[in-house]
Amino acid sequence: MYYLYLATSLILLLSFYADRQKTFLALKISYKKFINILPSFLIMLISISFVLFFIPDRIILHYLGNNNKFVSSILALLFGSLTLMPGFIAFPLCGILLKKGVSYMVLSAFSTSLMMVGLLTYPVEKEYFGVKVTIIRNLISVLIAIIIALAVGFFYGEL
Amino acid sequence: MNIKKMSLKIFLLIYFIFLLISFSIDFQPGKLIAYNFFLFLISMLKILPCAFILIGLFEVWVKKERVEKHLGENAGVLGYAWMVLLAGTTVGGLYVAFPVAYSLFKKGAKLNFIFTYIGASAICRVPMIIFESSFMGIKFTLIRLMISIPLVILTSICLGNYLDKSNYKILKGK
Repeated sequence: MYYLYLATSLILLLSFYADRQKTFLALKISYKKFINILPSFLIMLISISFVLFFIPDRIILHYLGNNNKFVSSILALLFGSLTLMPGFIAFPLCGILLKKGVSYMVLSAFSTSLMMVGLLTYPVEKEYFGVKVTIIRNLISVLIAIIIALAVGFFYGEL
Repeated sequence: MNIKKMSLKIFLLIYFIFLLISFSIDFQPGKLIAYNFFLFLISMLKILPCAFILIGLFEVWVKKERVEKHLGENAGVLGYAWMVLLAGTTVGGLYVAFPVAYSLFKKGAKLNFIFTYIGASAICRVPMIIFESSFMGIKFTLIRLMISIPLVILTSICLGNYLDKSNYKILKGK
């Protein structure tokens, strides 16, 4: 995280040194872009706050701990698509599930759909790319998550 | 547009009043929802200002011809490698990748590359990979990357070509 701040300030300083006017223009563009997309971000945050309330960690833990791999995989896809978590919450959760004996296949379905499919990022994505493309991209991502889950299941001999 | 803005404001107002009331009458679900909201708000505010400053600088400094040369219609296979590398350094998640992808598109990058970038920034951000492999084992991460990156590139090509044929126009002005 600190590298991000360091890199940004360094580049900003360099830009400022090279051309003051251009840098101000850049900051103005940054600000305008941010303000334009802010409403969508707020809608996303509000949706996240509700979804995480209705699907908390312990529900995910409970349902993915199910014995049937295929049922769990489908549930994992569903949870992964519905929710959004930063990596520092998601992977420790996967780690706990792994220790509890949940198969790699289920966990890959969960983590991949979590990363690639964004029901909650929909308000932001559609502002940039439109409704149609957003839906197609997310459907493709679900498909990729399924393929990865099957492949992981195959490589770990879980199928 | 104005109606949309108004309804959003009213919606936000209701939401925050709900949170406020939850705190004043000690309504547990409301407090949890507020906690979730602020948890994500803070984690996003740590990243978004930097991301948008970098996007602004990119728009001002990088010439369109340069992007077009490496990522435009006539760019070669190397473009996909650039996109995966750029995605590797992306922080945050999809919500950061969208505005970056949009700026790249505006500068003349081909749709195939744009979708590769979005997909790759979901699955192969370097900090996330390190984190993942420490919890799931290096084998798991490697299998996931080996399979997902080709799939992402392949589907990006399909989606990009399909949209090019159907004359897709990206939304303006955001």
